[in-house]
Amino acid sequence: MPTRKHLDRIGAAPERRHAGWPTPVTPSVSAPTLYRLHYLLAPNPVYRRLAAWLERNPTANRLFTAAEERIKGAIFGCRMCGQCALPATGYACPMTCPKQLRNGPCGGVSPTGMCEVNPDVRCVWLVAFERAEAEGRVEDLSLLQRPIDHRQWGRSSWVNYWQGRDEGMWTSADGRRQLPIVHRNDPGKP
Amino acid sequence: MTAGAAGNGQVPVSGRLRRALASGRFVVTAEIGPPRGADPAAIAKKADLLRGWVDAANVTDNQSAHVRLSSFAGSLLAMNAGVEPVMQLTCRDRNRIALQSDLISAATLGIPNILLLTGDHPRFGDHPDAKAVFDIDGVQLVWTARTMRDQGRLLSGRRVDPAPHWLIGTVENPFSPPISFRARRLAKKVAAGAEFAQTQFVFDLDIFERFMSDVRDLGIDRTCGVIAGVGPVRSLRALEYISTKVPGIHVPDAMIRRLRGVPADRVADEGMQICVEIIQRLTEISGVAGAHVMAFGYERGIPEILERAGVGRRPDHAAANEGSGRAG
Ligand code: SF4
Repeated sequence: MPTRKHLDRIGAAPERRHAGWPTPVTPSVSAPTLYRLHYLLAPNPVYRRLAAWLERNPTANRLFTAAEERIKGAIFGCRMCGQCALPATGYACPMTCPKQLRNGPCGGVSPTGMCEVNPDVRCVWLVAFERAEAEGRVEDLSLLQRPIDHRQWGRSSWVNYWQGRDEGMWTSADGRRQLPIVHRNDPGKP
Repeated sequence: MTAGAAGNGQVPVSGRLRRALASGRFVVTAEIGPPRGADPAAIAKKADLLRGWVDAANVTDNQSAHVRLSSFAGSLLAMNAGVEPVMQLTCRDRNRIALQSDLISAATLGIPNILLLTGDHPRFGDHPDAKAVFDIDGVQLVWTARTMRDQGRLLSGRRVDPAPHWLIGTVENPFSPPISFRARRLAKKVAAGAEFAQTQFVFDLDIFERFMSDVRDLGIDRTCGVIAGVGPVRSLRALEYISTKVPGIHVPDAMIRRLRGVPADRVADEGMQICVEIIQRLTEISGVAGAHVMAFGYERGIPEILERAGVGRRPDHAAANEGSGRAG
């Protein structure tokens, strides 16, 4: 299980490991730092060429993906869903939620803010809310997140991001009432 | 007139819940938990207690992750028994293929209301060893249903023709942290397509009033009927259970003191009285569309609660009952 592996790597206490389903992870790096770091990752022609090159070179791609897994695993408990939501979630990974919620907390968060499924850890969506709110980014949480593409698990989300595959992963705040949820990669087949 | 459209799919289903919400009067919904056994009469028995007193009744989907008769079959049985169903559907046990299939089935057989939610984790159920699906989340499921209905498309983009036409509902818990975010979370579900929302049990009216004021500020009460969850706590054991064992229920200290303060044989009456008072308060809060009564197996007490709260029988019951007994 990826969760287990990552938790082992970041040295979570044994009683915090729940084999079988994901466990919320509070990021080990502060939100302001991460919002700033994001500019380093923003797509540019060099990154785009790098991403295209990586996809043509399986060995390099594997190494690159392993590096992403290692870095994001250590900071966020990243599970490598391949379509990263972090910029819109206060840099707390929603895939560490045992219910895999991409659109905010469920109704079971305990009065003290603990996860309903793993009561010994804080709800990752509460963490996301607090981090986003402190940075004036709480409106990000109102964005509607489309369902993820389960074919992308294990792939590098950075490569996907630079290749422009994340566009449409969430909707802009305006006019979304009329937007269909139809999957971004398969536009309207008749 | 209710639940008509099964035939050609062109006529929009005009359920009594939709009409009641549109009329602006205080609506009442309740809950029918399907049986674990293959008893064809179990749903009808519960429906008999509710008929005439509720605008619609939720039929739960393997509630608390315990195996039961499906909410789909239960909804058809409720319809046959003359109670309009709200078919609950969770993301816990089905991927996007099964979810959309069940939604089409519900529309085809004339189920007029659906309530879409993420669902409880299997960890709390009778099969904690089950695989939790959670392919999509509750908000995405609402959005999927809205796209199927209004754009006539599946998640894949393929056409759904004729398009379904249920009333789409969701849930929200105003009492679960982050409390200041809960109204915005409901707004998100409304943006995704929810037309009504039932809430977790309202025991703490102060928190609920703050939630409703956020709801009004965001203007979502104008497009979404907010139906407040209520229920009678009829024993100290039940009180203990819901305040410690059920995730997401908040019981304020004042209510605990009140229930503990009466002699043991008076707890049930006091619990009923509290429930009545809460409904009365709810009818006065602007933006509250109705009450959703969850009676913990005490369905036979629902008419008395409603009567005492001054909510009474459902107005156009006789007219609306005619067509609801058929399942297409
Ligand atoms: S890539 Fe997916 S699993 Fe990894 S941090 Fe981003 S959202 Fe979480």
